[in-house]
Amino acid sequence: MTPLQGCLLVSALFFAIGLAGAVTRRNAILALVGIELMLNAANLNFIAFWRYGPNPEALSGVMVVIFSIAIAAAEAAVGLALIIAIYRHYRTVNLDQIDSMKG
Amino acid sequence: MSLPFIIIAVVTLFAAAAAMSLRNLVHCALSLIVALAGLAALYLALDAQFVGFTQILVYVGAVAILIVFAVLLTRSDATPNQTILAPGWFTGIMISAIVFATLGWAALNSTGLPKEMPSAPEATVKNIGDLLMTQYVLPLEVIGLLLTAALIGAVIIAMKEEPPHVGSYEAEKGGAP
Repeated sequence: MTPLQGCLLVSALFFAIGLAGAVTRRNAILALVGIELMLNAANLNFIAFWRYGPNPEALSGVMVVIFSIAIAAAEAAVGLALIIAIYRHYRTVNLDQIDSMKG
Repeated sequence: MSLPFIIIAVVTLFAAAAAMSLRNLVHCALSLIVALAGLAALYLALDAQFVGFTQILVYVGAVAILIVFAVLLTRSDATPNQTILAPGWFTGIMISAIVFATLGWAALNSTGLPKEMPSAPEATVKNIGDLLMTQYVLPLEVIGLLLTAALIGAVIIAMKEEPPHVGSYEAEKGGAP
């Protein structure tokens, strides 16, 4: 196993853990945390491919990750604001009980 | 695969699994901080110093604090006495296992992946700043606009709604209170 494959495996496991948390936890905050973990797994992939790629002098992977971190920060701020607004309305963050739009 | 990389990766993955599986949400937030800091250490091990320190500043410094605030504001810091998993949890875990198997299979069986680590590139803050001001200046402006819009939107969404005042219509018209 080459070092790049090790990085990719770690990143894939990180992504799977985030996905499992995002779809199985009842609490809305932890679903958001799972999404953050998945974004971070993608960032690790960018850095790994940049470092082991043929032309690391171009710094393109680093740039993408910097922008991705900025977008993830914006997403976390808006997501947590939505969760707080939902809590104020329903008095719960349990995703099973927020079902008034369920068909 | 060097030994430090394996140790950091194992610690990071355990912390991520703990962040997704513990009952108490405050413990989950603390495990998340360990996982994000471990990821920053992985970036440093991959010679991406600026990204590693940005990860610590943004995630460990800001996003983790934001999540702790949300946990405390929604009063979900007490350990729940009911089950923490949604009804379809088994399907969800199976789907993530399938996703991991697919990604891992693709990573292990790809033939075109580079085998050796090239010599360490010069990723200094000066180079990154030069690129941000020349080649990536348009994305930088767009990100600035996006962050401003997102922060204003977050404040407006989370703002407390005032209950409608009785008689505010008359007060606006200058009539009786």
